[in-house]
Amino acid sequence: MADTAITMTVRRVDAQISIIDINGDVTAFAEPELMRAYTEATEPSARAIVLNFTNLQYMNSSGIGLIVTLLIRMNRLKQRLLAYGLSEHYTHIFELTRLNEAIGVYPTENAAVAAAARER
Amino acid sequence: MSSPHDPNGVPTPATVVSEPQSVVSDATEIEPMVAKPDGPRDAANWARQSSNLKVSAAPGNQVNNVDGRSAVGPLQGFGKMWQKTYRLRLVGCLASPEEVIAAWKENFPKFWPRGNRFYVPLTGIAPGEVAMLTVRPGGMPLSTGVLVLYADDESFTLMTPQGHMFAGWITFSAFTQDDATVAQAQVLMRANDPIYEIGLTMGGHRAEDKFWKKTLTAVGSHFNVNDQPVSTEVVCVDPRLRWSYAGNIFQNAAIRTTLLGPTRWFRKA
Repeated sequence: MADTAITMTVRRVDAQISIIDINGDVTAFAEPELMRAYTEATEPSARAIVLNFTNLQYMNSSGIGLIVTLLIRMNRLKQRLLAYGLSEHYTHIFELTRLNEAIGVYPTENAAVAAAARER
Repeated sequence: MSSPHDPNGVPTPATVVSEPQSVVSDATEIEPMVAKPDGPRDAANWARQSSNLKVSAAPGNQVNNVDGRSAVGPLQGFGKMWQKTYRLRLVGCLASPEEVIAAWKENFPKFWPRGNRFYVPLTGIAPGEVAMLTVRPGGMPLSTGVLVLYADDESFTLMTPQGHMFAGWITFSAFTQDDATVAQAQVLMRANDPIYEIGLTMGGHRAEDKFWKKTLTAVGSHFNVNDQPVSTEVVCVDPRLRWSYAGNIFQNAAIRTTLLGPTRWFRKA
């Protein structure tokens, strides 16, 4: 399989909230990078992860599937997944796939982090 | 997908040949997104946002269990969440992933196991189209449909409506691995309601595996690949039942098909 153009960087807001900046394409090939970033973001004790989609370049249905499985994994560990930076197009994709019913979607980083902080 | 079936959840192989037929879907509400010059690259690959599916004409005497229903993903179902991946290596076949997917889209109904029908939309498998289908879980007819959620040159994804056996989607894709083209079907789904969950537990999963293995075998035969095994990988993504979605039973297409099927002749008259 070809490698995909994706990098993810982790920023820690505090001990319980981390942000993953997504740069590039979210497809099936992004799974190793997403899992690496998730592991880094949740160590040692983060309870909420905010996905930053501002620099998302491309996403297909397999990419949506990756986000679903990440969400389920986090729910089982009582962790919270939030998102911000979705363009109008990707906001529609979240609505179409009904991901927005399970992932809190916010317009800005501040709003997402505030929501994560409120719920801990 | 991940990941769009089977009796007791999945269509059972039966005696009626799958026939390619067309169905008219109303594309006024569900259309592919049009890519703007500066828009995202995938814009044209996704169905447009729509709250309710529209099918203006159900083929034949099929009960229309699709019109007005919402598409549902794996987060809206009742049962355990499963990710099932079926793969066939097309060893010795020179077809590219794009050629495999083009053939798969064009011959989708022919690749289904006998006894099940997939009515291709008039414009083919394209983003936003709605296809009707009839399967025979446990020998009983079940009329439902799918929304073409996503389609590009190397993959396409079907999403189920309310009442379908599954809540989720199935992605058909092809890619190159170790100098061979691989055809793959990946299901990401939950049973839509408690009845379907019981059906899956009582043989439905096995039947679904059989269904997609037969489908991939047919894809392989189309490319003269007849001696390769179909691999299956099953992951239980979430073992919990989602009781808040138990009410999905009121949309159950199997029940509706059974109850409404015999009356369709009178309603047509």
